[in-house]
Parts: sequence; structure tokens; C-alpha cells
Amino acid sequence: MKHQTLRSILLGTLIGMAVGIGVYTFVYAKGYSYLTNNPASCANCHIMNEQYDGWLKSSHRSVATCNDCHTPHNFIGKYATKATNGFWHSFYFTTGWFHEPIQIGSRNLNITEQACQKCHSEVTQAIAISGSGVHAAKNGESMSCVRCHRSVGHLH
Amino acid sequence: MADHNQTLRNSSSWGGRRFVLLTALIATLATIGGVALLINIFEHKQEGRNPFYRVVELNDEIVDPAVWGKNFPLQYDDYKRTVDQVRTRYGGSEALPHAPTQADPRSVISQSKIDEDPRLKIMWAGYAFAKDFREERGHAFMLEDQTYTERQHVVKQPGTCMQCHASVYTVYKKLGGGDLIKGFETMNQMPYSEARKLVSHPVACIDCHDPATMQLRVTRPGFIEGYRAFKASQGVANYDVNSMASRQEMRSFVCGQCHVEYYFKGPEKRLVYPWAKGLKIDEIMAYYEENGHKDWTHAETGAPVLKAQHPEFEMWNQGIHARSGVACADCHMPYKREGALKISDHHVNSPLLKINRSCQTCHKWPEEELKARVETIQTRNFQLRNIAMDALLDLINDLKAAKSTNRTDNAMSAAQGFQRKAQFYLDFVEAENSTGFHAPQEAARILGESINFSRQGQNALRSSPQTALTSQAPLQIQKVVAKTK
Repeated sequence: MKHQTLRSILLGTLIGMAVGIGVYTFVYAKGYSYLTNNPASCANCHIMNEQYDGWLKSSHRSVATCNDCHTPHNFIGKYATKATNGFWHSFYFTTGWFHEPIQIGSRNLNITEQACQKCHSEVTQAIAISGSGVHAAKNGESMSCVRCHRSVGHLH
Repeated sequence: MADHNQTLRNSSSWGGRRFVLLTALIATLATIGGVALLINIFEHKQEGRNPFYRVVELNDEIVDPAVWGKNFPLQYDDYKRTVDQVRTRYGGSEALPHAPTQADPRSVISQSKIDEDPRLKIMWAGYAFAKDFREERGHAFMLEDQTYTERQHVVKQPGTCMQCHASVYTVYKKLGGGDLIKGFETMNQMPYSEARKLVSHPVACIDCHDPATMQLRVTRPGFIEGYRAFKASQGVANYDVNSMASRQEMRSFVCGQCHVEYYFKGPEKRLVYPWAKGLKIDEIMAYYEENGHKDWTHAETGAPVLKAQHPEFEMWNQGIHARSGVACADCHMPYKREGALKISDHHVNSPLLKINRSCQTCHKWPEEELKARVETIQTRNFQLRNIAMDALLDLINDLKAAKSTNRTDNAMSAAQGFQRKAQFYLDFVEAENSTGFHAPQEAARILGESINFSRQGQNALRSSPQTALTSQAPLQIQKVVAKTK
């Protein structure tokens, strides 16, 4: 057999192994489930169990899934956010370098805030226009909805 | 020409080999990374299974927590840590060395509260607490500290004390021939030293958990009967705590089995929680006024006085956390993660020692800010407590002076009655182990009432014998109170 053929076989085997393990890991870790809207997949790795349990008992369970509040309401934004969060969540969960209890970051908090304002636009626009009382903007920043309405999605 | 071709072939084969090597290297690294990730995911999935291994069969007879600990090693580890002695600003205990003696073999004790504030000795004059009263230590010491306190030498304590100082559930059942309440009644009438021989553990797993299901349960007759009487006052007849309480209620009730105000009723020394009119101090005071119970006669004034005992459960019930459905265990035994297991922290202690898991679960503010807030509340409470203590001592001094002149008129007994109230109200906050935090406004109100009772007592002594003051508050205020109730 020619050297070239042997090399190709070796190369093919190695790449095949890498791809095979990659595909198996993806299936084993239910990677495909992250492309769906099913809230259960957000609790695939147990760190989100409490958030999931909380959502099951919340007022929003019948009107909003995880993605409705935690991803932007457009195709590109949604999958870009899923990809970014997917990567970093996996990274930190794998390495164990994260704060407990887990906390939402400012970028994701902002996405959630947009979701509140989009679905409840009639109310939030009225608040934004009147800009008075407890909801008044301070230092150019408006008051976060979930600062007071924390339990609507999940309390913890 | 042939040479040239050879060179070309060599160089292309060298380039090809390098390409293969590089690709192989990348593929190898990718494979290693892939396998490492796969194993990591596998491990996390194993964690997520919440493994539980039944190493021993538990039943309703096994008291030793070490046996239960074989099935629940994580909880048992935490439970054993209640030996820790850590101070917070106003609570917690300090480990002080103690030279062991025949009568008291302890090598470590906690600081004496009556030395810290000698006014307590005057408040409790004639009672065993004026002899020895130390800062409470963790659950692990409940039996030992009571066995060796000097109070034991001053008074003959009954076996009743065991209800909350030892794991007594199985002993009650044995004494009562299977009947918990009967066993409770039998032990109440024993002398302390005799009852002490029947028990060997401080509070253990079996006292709060059903061995078959691990569900929370109440095993203390004092609470079962006390809460039934309280529910009856609310119009709920025959309340049974073990079948009618919710799971979240049980997460406070198991603590309320012992962290409550109580007294020993009658010659049979039955342990009773004075809740038949309600859990608020005014209702408890009304209960004692009605049955005329006194814990002792004050040595300096002759007043029939009461000792309040750690009413954490009652005080918490008046606070915002109780109202919001937050149980004792939510702050004192907060959930924590061990691997993927979510467990209750069985190292029961001050939430100030675990702000992250207890307070910050709901209050998302910096740890320092939360701690400062608690300490502000406690400092204010402590200052008010000191004022109330001074007011009480002024009344006691006046009463003492009046007594030395052998005054025995109505005014004297009215003033003694005010001392009884002032002292019980003050002690209710003083003996309560949160320095006011469990219900800040209620604690302040109680101390305000106490100061007022001391003032009224002094006024009573100043009045002539015929016009002794007996009313507690001006008529108008009484009307307002009646309306709001």
C-alpha cells in the first residue's frame, strides 16, 4: 500500500474518532434539546433546578417559558443569546468557577427587562411617560421591573 | 531532470507528512477534550441523581444520631458542628476554659450573662437564675449545660426539664407503655436526677424526623397540647399538629417545640405553653393573670413574679418574616448544595454566620449592608432593653424601700403587680434569642410597655393608700385597642 493511502486512513480515523466522540457527547448531554423552547432543558444540568421548580409554581408558567423572558424576541438575537449563554454556562459549570447561589449578569438582566417591557408595553409605557412615583427614573436609569416583581417568573 | 522530480516528490511528501501530523495533533487534542468533557458531563449526571444509600434500617426506637448518620452522612456532619462556639455582635457564645471539678466536669463553658449585666441578678433575686446564667451554646451542649448548671444546686428541678434538654421521645414512649403523653406525665413528676439517668443524647434526628419517611414531625407533648389550645382560641377544635400542619409550617413547628415560653403547672409539674389566649405577650400575660401563676416570690420586693423563657417562636410569629411565610429553618438551616444534592444545613446557628445562604437568597444586597441592618436593629433593641432594665430597677428599689417600712396597703400590692408585668415584659425580650430581630417593632413595643409598667408601679407607690392606681392605661387608649383587636 502506498504511504499516502496509509496516511489518509490514519488521518481519517483520527478525525472520525474526534467527530464521533463529539457527536456522542452532544447526544449524551442532550445538546439538541437546547435548540428547543422546552423549559425542562434549561434544567438539564441540575444547577437550574430551583429556578425551574420556582417557575413551575409561578404566575408566568402558563404564559411564558424560559426563552420568552431570557432571550430577545427576534430570531438572530434569540440564537445569538442562546449560543453565548450556552457556551459560558457550560464553561463555568464544567470548571466550577461560579458564584453560589447563581446570579444573573447585567446583560441577561437587561434582556429580561426588555421582555417585561415588550409584553406589558401598555403598562410600562404609561409608567415611562408619567415617570413619577416609585417607578421614577433615577440618574438616567429606570427602575428595574424585577426589583419589586421578583417572584413573577421564579423567586430565586 | 530525474533528480529534479525526486526533489519535488520529496518536498511534497514532506509537506504532506507535516499536514498529516498537524491534523493528527489537532484531532488528538479534540479527542482528549471531547472525552474529558464527556466524563465531566457523566460525573455531573451522576451527581444529579441524588444518590441515597440505605446502610442501616431505621426505626422508631433508634435514638443514637450516629446510626441515622450512616444513612444521612451530610446532615449528620453538619449536626455535629453545633459544638462550635462563635460570637455574633449580640449573640453566640464564647468558649471559656473551665477547670473540671467533681460536680462540674466541663472543661469549656460560655460567658456568664449575669456577670455581664449584674442588674439581671436584681431582677431575678430569689430565683435560681440569679445564681448562674450563661450564654446559651449550640444544640450539642443542651443536656450537658443543664446537667451541670449551678441552678441545680439551688433548686430541686423536676424531670419536666428533660422535654427540651434531651432526646426524650423514645423514653416517653417506653415510660408510657407506648403512650407518649402518659410517659410525659410520668417523667414530669420524677426528680431531675432520676430522669437524667434515663436519657443520654441531646436533641437527635428522631426528635424531628419520622424514621420511615424522614418527614418532619412534632414529638413534644408541650407543643402538641399548647398549639392545640392556641388553635382552639382561634375557633379550630381538636387541632392535631402532626396531621394538620403544612410542610412549611412544620419547618417552624419543630423548632417551636422548645424555643418557647412555658411554665410548670401544679404539683404534677406538667409542662404547659401558655397559649390558650394567644401567642402575643399581652395574651400570655392575661393567661398568667387569670390563673395567678407565679414562678417565684421576688426576694427584695415580695412581688409574685414570672420568668420568661426564650420565646423565639412567639416573637417570630409577630414579625414580618413569619407573615411572609419564612420558616425558622429557612434562615437557621438554609438550603445548601453538596454536589448536586440540595440539603438543609443541620448546623443550626445564627443566620449572621451564613448571610449568603440565609438572607441573600431573598435579599439581594451586599452582605455587609445586610449585616449592618441587622446590627442596627439589634443595637436599638439593646439600648431600649437597657432603659427598660433601669426603669425596672428603679421600681424594685422603691418597692424595697416601701417594704422596709412594712407598708402593706393596696398601693403596695398594685405596685408589686406592676413589677410582675414590667419584669415579665422586659424578660420576654431579654430572654428571646434574637435581640429584637425576630419582630423589631413588637420587641420595641413590649419594652415600651415594660417601661410604662415600671413608671405606673412607681406612681402607685406615690399615691395614697386609698387611691391606688390599678388601671393600666387611660380609658381612651383602652377603647382604641379594643377596636383594633
